[in-house]
Amino acid sequence: MISDDLLGNDAHWAFGTDFEDPLAGVDTTVPDGVDPAALARYCLMLGDDALVLSQRLSEWCSRAPDLEEDIALANVALDLLGQARLLLARAAAADPSVVPALPDDSPVPAEDALAFFRSPAEFRNVTMAELPNGDFAETITRLLLLSICRLAEFESMVAHPDAVLAAVAAKGRKELAYHRDFAARWFVTLARGTAESRRRVLGALDGLWAFWPELDAPADVEVVLDQVFAAADVSRPEVTPARGLGRECVHTEALTDLLAEMQSVARAHPKGLW
Amino acid sequence: MTVLERARAVAATVVDPELPMLTLADLGVLRDVEVSALGGVVVSITPTYSGCPAMATMRDDLVRTLRSEGFADVEVKIALRPAWTTDWITPAGRAALAGAGISPPGSAPRRDGPVPLSLGPVRRANRCPRCDSGDVELTSEFGSTACKALYRCRACLEPFDHVKEI
Repeated sequence: MISDDLLGNDAHWAFGTDFEDPLAGVDTTVPDGVDPAALARYCLMLGDDALVLSQRLSEWCSRAPDLEEDIALANVALDLLGQARLLLARAAAADPSVVPALPDDSPVPAEDALAFFRSPAEFRNVTMAELPNGDFAETITRLLLLSICRLAEFESMVAHPDAVLAAVAAKGRKELAYHRDFAARWFVTLARGTAESRRRVLGALDGLWAFWPELDAPADVEVVLDQVFAAADVSRPEVTPARGLGRECVHTEALTDLLAEMQSVARAHPKGLW
Repeated sequence: MTVLERARAVAATVVDPELPMLTLADLGVLRDVEVSALGGVVVSITPTYSGCPAMATMRDDLVRTLRSEGFADVEVKIALRPAWTTDWITPAGRAALAGAGISPPGSAPRRDGPVPLSLGPVRRANRCPRCDSGDVELTSEFGSTACKALYRCRACLEPFDHVKEI
């Protein structure tokens, strides 16, 4: 039986029971010359990429090939979740109209409303982030392609006129460099490993490559990717590009399934406090 | 001692929830303490990593400690820029880490341009915090918290954490 003391006293929760605003005390005034709606849309694109990929990586928890890689994938997922929180909070502060309406007495903060109360047709992540997980080689290949592009995006975002976004980028790029190098090393290891590991990583690349054009990688990203491919003795697949329209909120069925699982508890208890 | 000095001294005693051998000041997370004309204390802290789950606990610990020392009005703000770097960990903080069996970080990389791709093995000049051997091997770049890598000493065979340069 649970004692009243346990239920009535919050002191035993290691991390507290209330939310903290990731932008508490930060000046979120949108600078002159920046369109708040466009800024919010941009934050949602990058925030949704991070949130959805973080959820996919979290699915590996307790299932990775060994303990170290399990912890590594969870760490990457946590970094991305942190970036997603900052970006969704920034989107909500820039343009409150993007936040789904909840009852007036709802305690759900804007970043959580965006994460848990939008439908798939309101998400702006790229298709590659939402695809169902395959094997470890598939996750490594996906993380390589997505983090290589995200790092380049953050590196240019450091000079963004919005000081909040620039600060998010300056912090996140350091994390993303670790993600990219982790994925790149594993990609090369698998490609140059056994016949079986090479077969799997090449298969993963073939499957994901159709969604590469949607990432709209700048030229310097292609150069870095070719460095990895050269080290792995892998050539660019010849695959017909898929019509990825994630940025325009068009998604595969996989995102519906992912969100159903991720959002179900929050939606069942819209006035819940965690 | 002025009110500001006292508030700073109290805030500087609060420790990190995940590395309790270290104060937030030693970790470089405590960025600023101000006192308003009306006596309210405003503390600025910065996250180590974007996803650091300890921020709420840090905030609560700061508020509770300052309140217990007589500062009734306490606000904790997030300072996002400049981004935290391990270079801000003080010499006392590094000594405390080593004393607790965690190898302290080397110098953080400083870059203006794009971060170059690194495909080779990660090499650091760190030593085993237990037996001081330099014969150590990296087990994983990701460890028990976002800020740590996992190592193993080849001399005494013990595993240990290393605070990653960032």
